[in-house]
Amino acid sequence: MQLSDFPQTEPSSRQVKVSLVGNPNSGKSTLFNALTGLHQKIANFPGVTVEKKTGYAKIYNSSTGKPTSLEITDLPGTYSLYPKSPDERIPFEVLCDPGDENHPDLVILIADGTNLKRSLFLASQVIDLKIPAVLALNMMDLVKEQGIDIKLDELERRLGVRIVPVNARKGIGLEELKQAVISELHVPENDIFETGPLAPPLLKKIRSILEMRSDYAALQIAHHRDAISGFHIPDQQKKEIEEALATHEFDSIKIQSFETLERYKVIHEILQICMVKAVDDKPSLSAKIDKLMIHRFWGYVIFLGILFLIFQAIFTIAAFPMDFIDQTFTGLTEAARNALPKGVLNDLLVNGVLAGIGGIVIFIPQIAMLFMFIAILEDSGYMARVSFLMDKLMRKFGLNGRSVIPLISGVACAVPAIMATRTIGSWKERLITIMITPLMSCSARLPVYTLLIALVVPSKLIWGVFNLQGIVMMSLYLIGFLAALGAALSMKWFVKAKERSYFIMEIPVYRMPRWSNIVYSIYEKVRIFLFDAGKIIIAISIILWFLSSRGPGQHFNEITQQIDQLSTEQNIDQEALNKLEAQRLEFSYAGHLGHLLEPAIRPLGFDWKIGIALVTSFAAREVFVGTMSTIYSVGKDDGESKTVRDKMQAEINPETGQPRYTPAVGWSLMIFYAFAMQCMSTLAVVKRETGGWKWPIMQFFFMSALAYCSSLIIFQLMK
Amino acid sequence: MKTALVKLSDLRRGARCIIDSFTDDVMKQKLLEMGCLPGETITVDRFAPFGCPMAINVSGSTLSIRVDEAQSVIVKPLA
Repeated sequence: MQLSDFPQTEPSSRQVKVSLVGNPNSGKSTLFNALTGLHQKIANFPGVTVEKKTGYAKIYNSSTGKPTSLEITDLPGTYSLYPKSPDERIPFEVLCDPGDENHPDLVILIADGTNLKRSLFLASQVIDLKIPAVLALNMMDLVKEQGIDIKLDELERRLGVRIVPVNARKGIGLEELKQAVISELHVPENDIFETGPLAPPLLKKIRSILEMRSDYAALQIAHHRDAISGFHIPDQQKKEIEEALATHEFDSIKIQSFETLERYKVIHEILQICMVKAVDDKPSLSAKIDKLMIHRFWGYVIFLGILFLIFQAIFTIAAFPMDFIDQTFTGLTEAARNALPKGVLNDLLVNGVLAGIGGIVIFIPQIAMLFMFIAILEDSGYMARVSFLMDKLMRKFGLNGRSVIPLISGVACAVPAIMATRTIGSWKERLITIMITPLMSCSARLPVYTLLIALVVPSKLIWGVFNLQGIVMMSLYLIGFLAALGAALSMKWFVKAKERSYFIMEIPVYRMPRWSNIVYSIYEKVRIFLFDAGKIIIAISIILWFLSSRGPGQHFNEITQQIDQLSTEQNIDQEALNKLEAQRLEFSYAGHLGHLLEPAIRPLGFDWKIGIALVTSFAAREVFVGTMSTIYSVGKDDGESKTVRDKMQAEINPETGQPRYTPAVGWSLMIFYAFAMQCMSTLAVVKRETGGWKWPIMQFFFMSALAYCSSLIIFQLMK
Repeated sequence: MKTALVKLSDLRRGARCIIDSFTDDVMKQKLLEMGCLPGETITVDRFAPFGCPMAINVSGSTLSIRVDEAQSVIVKPLA
């Protein structure tokens, strides 16, 4: 088959589909970024939450100048075509299902030159599928450094595909690779490992049913009987394959390991001829660094230091751009409110849409910060060491060594933290991490805790040094952390693993992180958040705006009219206005909801005012403070917690004649805010990361139930 | 002289051995693909704190493997 026929006959109308295939840590992502630049889009592969990166490139033929458009899909890294996890299933499906929407016209195989044997194992499998291929031999700098000599011509002849030596990090060899990709590619006649004799009649039959080019592709179909139903081929063919499989004996596991051993033998023979390796007994630089990095004591000290740095960055440094965004949006809101004619549309735009967008954009600094660190840790190879150090501890809770970073980041904000769980390979461990991360006390709870602690905890010194308020604050964080671990333990039993979990993984050599990879990673994560989770967040904030600014009945309309009248007067009576605003909230839909909730939350010590705040804080927990300010007619603009605090403190419970906010109510409320799922942004991100509404809904109910029961117990015991 | 076969998980840090066989078919397949072939030499690089997982050097790369996974690898210790 002559691949270059396509672009040359129809230069602009057809895109050549290219798949990028290689082992984990082979430099695949770096090569992908180098080939496509920012012309990338990220989605999930259908039906699974495995990230699918597609990029576009236009390559000009160096002699004719003719352009060829490529659509390059970066397939998840794998060691073979035999899938053992949802990630690894993708390369198999894309390459072996001829009807798959991503089935490539050609494959770029990427091989790590310093680990050629293992790289060629996967490469030879793909080559035997008889899909046109080019082999990019990566890490040529390290190959030279380690004194490895690879005879490219001979290797090319043995494998039957073009080989281009590259250094993806430095961009060396990329132009040659691009030219090779658009050149005439021939599929080799012979198999590298002859598959036919393994099951002659069966393979022949499958080949004839599907009109396949290769025995090996037929063998893959035979191995993956359960996957055939999902293939994009006519039902008649599926039926015929099923029949063929039923009539022929085929011991999949035995044949798999036989093939693996034999294939490695062939590769070993090839490499004996094509590769000379200088004997090198010196410990590598990575081994020396690891003496410290995964040391049984210093390893943890260093890891703690790194966590501290990350935590500081997303908590403290990110606060500056966040303040800036906050001020910008306040200014924008003010400008829009004044510039546009008064009315419902103005209100919707300013308090619904703009507020919603502001609430989304505010997350960008934290997401960017966290992913800068995660990209550095991943790119340098340190993340694998984190897994190594933490695996035993975290496994006890059904978590993964890599769950540590999302959990700690969750103390700043659950949104970037949940996005960071992508680095966890096992679905079950990743899911548990996603479900428990929102229990870590995030920074949005801080204003709520501050207000409530000031309300019910006296500021006095314990043992002459520790402030009681500080101790309470710390224990709230601790309670969140313990609840997260407890929830993980119980989920370990409930969540069924989709596949057997493996830990075995490669610990790659340390490499200097590439800034371009880090920039791409940040860009991707921010974009995913803005456009995927953002849509849901805007929708919910419009609903919340509607609930708190509209109300049923004549009374609500009268109050609104009075407010409008009052605010147009020359000397605005601020106090009267605040009172009216409070009344308007009480008679809005949100207010009715608060009253409706009251019977349910009374056992927790809450009244309808708190009920309203519970509804509105679904936009973000810190909204609690703002809502309380409105309810207690403090006014939004000077809504400092101190004045709200005074009003809340002064309130008398008519039933008891005592202050409304007793320690029991305060504690009940604090525990409620520690546990309840009151964050639409988190739910939106969980929906995105788990690929559906099932898990975010479960999370909502499990956290709400936990919050309700805990507050109930606390209040009933303390009152 | 014939050396007795042991489990990979029984070796100490720094020990070297040759892979003999596997006791778990599915694990075997995974290990084979990652280059742990019968006849290859393994060096036990280190154990993580708390004794699990362990890091091994095999055919030019370092792998991290849990102790219960390493139990399925039967090896011949080298002196």
